[in-house]
Amino acid sequence: MNAAMNHASPSVTGTPSQARSANTWIVAVALLLALAILPPLSTVMGGKYLLVIGERVMIFAIAALALDLIVGFGAMISMGHAASLGVGAYAAGILASHGYDQAEIGLPAALLASLVFSLATGAIAVRTKGAYFIMITLAFGQMAYFVATSLAPYGGDDGLTLAHRSTVLGAAHLKNETIFFYGMLACLAGTWVLLRAVIASRFGRVLRGLKQNPERMRAIGFNPYPYLLTAYCLAGTIGGLAGFLLLNQAEFVAPAYMSWQRSGEILVIVLVGGVGTLQGALLGAVAYLTAEEVLSHWTEHWKIVFGPLITLTALYARGGLMRFLRWGGGRT
Amino acid sequence: MSLTLFIVQCLNGLQLGLLLFLVAAGLTLVFGVMDFINLAHGVQYMLGAYFAFAAYQLTGHFGLSVVLALAAALACGLLLEVTVFRQLYERDHLEQVLATFGIILFLNQGVKMVWGAAPLNVPPPQILAGSVKLMDGLQYPIYRFAIIGSGLALALLLYVVVTYTRLGMLIRAGASNAAMVSALGVDIRRLFRMVFGFGAMLAGFAGIMIAPILSVEPGMGDNILILAFVVIVIGGIGSIRGAFIAALLVGVIDTLGRSFMTDILRLFMAPSPARVIGPAIASMLIYVIMALVLALRPEGLFPAPGGSGGRGGSK
Repeated sequence: MNAAMNHASPSVTGTPSQARSANTWIVAVALLLALAILPPLSTVMGGKYLLVIGERVMIFAIAALALDLIVGFGAMISMGHAASLGVGAYAAGILASHGYDQAEIGLPAALLASLVFSLATGAIAVRTKGAYFIMITLAFGQMAYFVATSLAPYGGDDGLTLAHRSTVLGAAHLKNETIFFYGMLACLAGTWVLLRAVIASRFGRVLRGLKQNPERMRAIGFNPYPYLLTAYCLAGTIGGLAGFLLLNQAEFVAPAYMSWQRSGEILVIVLVGGVGTLQGALLGAVAYLTAEEVLSHWTEHWKIVFGPLITLTALYARGGLMRFLRWGGGRT
Repeated sequence: MSLTLFIVQCLNGLQLGLLLFLVAAGLTLVFGVMDFINLAHGVQYMLGAYFAFAAYQLTGHFGLSVVLALAAALACGLLLEVTVFRQLYERDHLEQVLATFGIILFLNQGVKMVWGAAPLNVPPPQILAGSVKLMDGLQYPIYRFAIIGSGLALALLLYVVVTYTRLGMLIRAGASNAAMVSALGVDIRRLFRMVFGFGAMLAGFAGIMIAPILSVEPGMGDNILILAFVVIVIGGIGSIRGAFIAALLVGVIDTLGRSFMTDILRLFMAPSPARVIGPAIASMLIYVIMALVLALRPEGLFPAPGGSGGRGGSK
């Protein structure tokens, strides 16, 4: 589907995304630096409040970055991305409930579980296109959700509470909120750098080519399937990382983590920030969670404002926040 | 697993299937004809139920409430079409998904603001109260038969309209090739609006009918929406016949699976794992079927002739 490209103004369409991202990586670096000063800032202001918001922003930014890889660069609109978070969180959570509470075990298990889940679902889903892909990922997300609700030994509907955060190298380092925060920041920065490298690589160029014109790519000898499946699995695995972090941040995992509404939220973050920019996913996570936080403090019925905001963004803010930044707020 | 329980569950499955069909019919037409993924279709169902509650509070008469709620559901659907959806037909799926996602948040919260978060009840009408004795030890509520009956009647009506009328012909033509229909001089926007209003009314009707047996609560449309998506994918996008058969299939399989899966598993495994695995498999069953259909017959079991599942499928 070239529709997304057609909507952009000609000057944007004419610029390859590589050249675009060259100017905008500053946005991501600025956001990462802004996040980095949160812990000292929150010490000054007193209370963990800022830290907790920052942590949630980072978790959703990681998940959204991964989703942007498949939505923005592979044209695969997944409505089941939250499932990969949930699978990762449950894998680590279940191990922890059996006493394997080390991050050295929990994190690889989370990544592996999400990878296996994405491989199994992706093998079928990637064969479909367009709207069917949306629906099948929705269905797989629901499957994961219902499996989680029926995990009676691990809390079922009510979810699974972690006794304590994962230990690192045998000590409870993650109990220290500042260490946990910076660890998460490192994960976020690492994910961003990794995905930038992936996009810039030959693999990334094939992926973008497949988005723009699958027929032509096939004609010059590329079989789309392995490329799309690899991207899907990579996104799922990174989702597992976000899930592991979410588990430790909340010290809790519940089926609600995998609901399709949650998948929709991550998709909204990607779109609000700007599809196919990576940096946009970061920006979107900051904007989305800040808006949620501000509005929910303002009124209990914050969704009555938030919903139309999302609708208006989808209708009128094509290209998301990144587009406004790119042109200094002006339209071309 | 006794025979009476089996029959009761089959009837329940049939009833769920018919309600699903009412929701899915609008969804599959809107999707097939306009290539528009409308996540907000589920809230039409929820609104129908809430309108029925409000109208019942107002009039105290069930039949009158049905009429009033139907009119309100239609008005609401048309209002959404004019204000938001109209601008989305030409957009890509991602924007459609997000815009309608925002509407879900808005309306779910909206009904919470107006009617509160607590579940509400609408009493079934007096004439349809009580139950019929089907056989020894088997009573089935009359109201549920009314749901089955009205669902079947509407399905028949829909079939006649789509197969034998000019409007139906245009709808089928639109599902095959909307651009061509437009080029032949049909006001495609008007057709879209009619299909949309009709679909909203059907979903609203399903919500109205379910109100007396389920509790009316915010978010009740979200689950039915996912089930309706499963139905239209299994049935084939844009196909009314496919939606009907798939809806009955999904309704019966889901209901029977939930009641009997644990017992079936117990035949060849220990009772305690069966109690854990049974419900899990039961709730996954229809999604497994959907995945199988998508993997083996991506166009659905009964695809609309010439329909390619819209823009997305053909590109």
